[in-house]
Amino acid sequence: MSLLQISNGMLYASFVLYLIATAFFGATIKRKKSTKKGFSEKIAVALTIIGFLAQLTYFITRWVASGHAPVSNMFEFVTAFGMAMVLAFIILYFMYRLTALGLFALPVALTVTGYASMFPSDVAPLVPSLQSHWLTIHVITVAISIGILSISFIAGLIYLVKFVDQSSRTKRTTWLEIVLFTLFVFIGFIIVSVSFNITGYEAKFQYIDGTREVTTVYEMPPIVKPHEGKALTSDVMKPWFEAPSWMLGKDAGRKFNTLIWSFLAGGLIYLIVRLIGRKRVGALLQPMLKKVNLDLVDEISYRAVAIGFPLFTLGGLIFAAIWAQIAWDRFWGWDPKEVWALITWFFYAAYLHLRLSRGWHGEKSAWLSIIGFAIIMFNLVGVNLLLAGLHSYA
Amino acid sequence: MDKIKCECGHVNPEGTVLCEACGKPIEGNQHIDGNDKKTLLNMRYEGSARRSKTYTNSIVDKIWSFFSSVKVGVWLIVIALIASALGTIYPQAEYIPPEAVSRDPAVFYEATYGITGKIYYQLGLHELYGSWWYMILLALIGVSLVICSLDRYIPLRRALKIQKPKRHETFIKRQRFFSETEHVTTDEIHSVKEKLQQQRYKITEENGHILAEKGRFSRWGPYVNHIGLIIILIAALLRQTPLLFLDEYVWVREGEQTVIPGTDGEYYIENKKFIFETYSEEDGEIYKEALEKQEAMVPKNYQTNAVIYKKKGETVAGADPELEVVKEAEIRMNEPAKIGNGFTLYQAGYQLNEFHTMSFKVHRTDDQNEKALGTFTVDMNNPKHEYELDNGLTVKIDQYYPEYELDDGEPRSISKFPRNPAFVFLIYPPNETKPEVSFVGIGKNIDPTNENEYKLGIVDFDMRHVSGLTVRKDYTLPIFILGALIFMIGVIQGMYWQHRRIWIHPKGNGVLLAAHTNKNWHALKQNIEKAIANTSIKIVEDQQELDKDVSKRGGES
Ligand code: HEM
Repeated sequence: MSLLQISNGMLYASFVLYLIATAFFGATIKRKKSTKKGFSEKIAVALTIIGFLAQLTYFITRWVASGHAPVSNMFEFVTAFGMAMVLAFIILYFMYRLTALGLFALPVALTVTGYASMFPSDVAPLVPSLQSHWLTIHVITVAISIGILSISFIAGLIYLVKFVDQSSRTKRTTWLEIVLFTLFVFIGFIIVSVSFNITGYEAKFQYIDGTREVTTVYEMPPIVKPHEGKALTSDVMKPWFEAPSWMLGKDAGRKFNTLIWSFLAGGLIYLIVRLIGRKRVGALLQPMLKKVNLDLVDEISYRAVAIGFPLFTLGGLIFAAIWAQIAWDRFWGWDPKEVWALITWFFYAAYLHLRLSRGWHGEKSAWLSIIGFAIIMFNLVGVNLLLAGLHSYA
Repeated sequence: MDKIKCECGHVNPEGTVLCEACGKPIEGNQHIDGNDKKTLLNMRYEGSARRSKTYTNSIVDKIWSFFSSVKVGVWLIVIALIASALGTIYPQAEYIPPEAVSRDPAVFYEATYGITGKIYYQLGLHELYGSWWYMILLALIGVSLVICSLDRYIPLRRALKIQKPKRHETFIKRQRFFSETEHVTTDEIHSVKEKLQQQRYKITEENGHILAEKGRFSRWGPYVNHIGLIIILIAALLRQTPLLFLDEYVWVREGEQTVIPGTDGEYYIENKKFIFETYSEEDGEIYKEALEKQEAMVPKNYQTNAVIYKKKGETVAGADPELEVVKEAEIRMNEPAKIGNGFTLYQAGYQLNEFHTMSFKVHRTDDQNEKALGTFTVDMNNPKHEYELDNGLTVKIDQYYPEYELDDGEPRSISKFPRNPAFVFLIYPPNETKPEVSFVGIGKNIDPTNENEYKLGIVDFDMRHVSGLTVRKDYTLPIFILGALIFMIGVIQGMYWQHRRIWIHPKGNGVLLAAHTNKNWHALKQNIEKAIANTSIKIVEDQQELDKDVSKRGGES
């Protein structure tokens, strides 16, 4: 077995371990008897730690096998992000011993890792601009910091699920459902990707990117074709419409098509859950959090920002600037990715100021933590889809 | 000025909300921090007298109050955030891709993105980050930072320095964490003190009143980090001056030597060789799959082997300067070369396979063997006007297109780099004044009249690479680094430590226990639980739990 195979096996193992751990975290909430509860809690935490160690082994072996830190493409980076989220959960768990955090953090980390595995996972050599230790330091610090900031989101979400009154439909319940629905979309994405991958679906299109003619391969039936694209594969589904011209970025049409499929699949799962549960998803989750103390969750959410913000400053801005100075001869270039890192930083600074000076605790703070996570995810997913196309380093 | 004397004897400055020494609310000033409406005291700046809240009449006072408000600060940050986001909708002018319809912003945005692109351009969003109003926004943040910090730092420092262990009972009772125990023995108090010390609290005492405090220095974190931010803003301003910052670009062809721009003719660079490497199978089995999927070659290294020269002594006008070697450098991407005097060279671009020279021969059009009547060599970067051949033929260059392209039937050059050279030659046979016209390029040889007696052919050519290097001098970097360092120290100081205080206030046979922290109340509670373990002292109650306030629950929107 090659080192790379071991590495991939470890990643797979960690995925399964997190899945089982989630189930045990679930048990800690339902059981009434305290001894049994303590037992499942121990198992859940142990499984999480073993899973994390497995994932760490994936990381290290892949590093050794490929000769460079495994944070050089979307697959590797998003995997590292999911791993950092688990690490952050473990740290905050030992600070506050809140099991409900695991019940929410692990599924989100699993979704993120699943999302990562949809990107090509080949070990690719580094182009010259990426051959820098500073880049490695920068990206790893960013992954850890956004992992921690995500726990702020998880805690904020727990806060809202418990806090928002589900007895009637309000603006709050609607927004909360939208947040939860987004998680379903990610799961939908993973499910459709895996399904069409198994069937080996392919449809090729040709379109104009700038002045060049390029081909793009759809791995899902084309609901939307690239802007002014021509089908190269016959006997596939006829696209319903065409991607708008303002969608920039490489393969915008294909990504947009994937997005539509993800919404369809996510929406379907969501509908099924609602039909079976006969309640809003928020209302279904609420009873699980009966014993959760809102004050504690609020503090965890804030603590995660307090820990994550300095790290993000260091990794996302300072280390990034050092690398950019060495590689690109300027430490700051107003490239969309950079600007969105700055926006993230501004946002969390505003969060801290609002909390400290304007007393935005509890609910307001929780909504903010969700917006913060949305900004982070936008920089990870949205910038590539909608804005970039200029800079190769993603 | 109206100083206020508290019953504890301490004289407080005007505008004080809570006595600096004992914490007793000062009557008549409670509206300032909103204490009159609440059971709990607002502890944010220890109830100290802040200029912004005390003097509000003159214009200066009003401006001061405006900028010292965190609300204004947050608005400025949020506006900067939204503005920054707007600038990412379409690429900034400097990122207009070379293959775009036009690199002129006035054309590019409308042509590429339609009406929204036009609006984007007209609003100036294509150069947002260098625009005057973005600068002003950053400057306002700077002003706000300075004023805000001064407004709070000085009174806060006073209040924390002057505070006494003995606090007024009202102060104690109106803390968020509070408990009252009727009977407590001196042994128990002693044990609490000891356990607090074990947790690294600093204890001060006054007549049986105890103050346990730790992490006070973390209170200065925000002020330290704001100083860092101000330094960064100042560095950004200084960077606008050419004295401290220089940015130039130079192209050097292999085998050529040229002056480095921006150095006032001090430094020269010679490009010995430009190396461009791509990944291949030899780089390892492991990359195989990834490489196979790529359509193009994956670059592995860009490198210029350069020699840097420095001018020696004074140059005589007209004469070539005398040069001495400073260093030989291998300049790679991610490995810039420092050449002295604050200059750094970065590998930034390249042109592969530019034509260096091209040799032509002339033969008779009807000669099957194309026997050369004469040959000449053109230096692509320095073509001569006229070439005299051995047998009396003269060839003149009428037109030279370094990078030839046919644009609507009109020949033109799309750049000045000889990547696809083409020529219009005039051939003068011996003793003739009327030339024959020939068009020659790569794979093209056109005789417009079809009557030419002589024909040109390419016999040889020589190619070379060109290296593009950025020349940088940036004396603002140390200032940025200093600012970033101070910011990091301040932010860690404020975030990873907390200022915690526990007061033990004797009352009758028992004690009142109160505690305050600027963040992380659960952790403080854990400290107290540890300290009072095995004593009869009651654990503090959180007088402000979020749960308790059911009325705040998010029912209606
Ligand atoms: C617009 C101008 C700004 C003003 C008026 C301002 C004001 C303040 C004030 C009054 C505090 C609280 C001090 C205290 O209560 O002890 C504070 C804390 C802080 N400020 Fe600023 N600030 C500004 C800009 C910024 C910016 C741009 C950043 C960085 C992105 C920043 C980062 C921080 C941090 C990290 C804290 C500590 C927060 C905490 O301890 O929770 N500030 N700022």
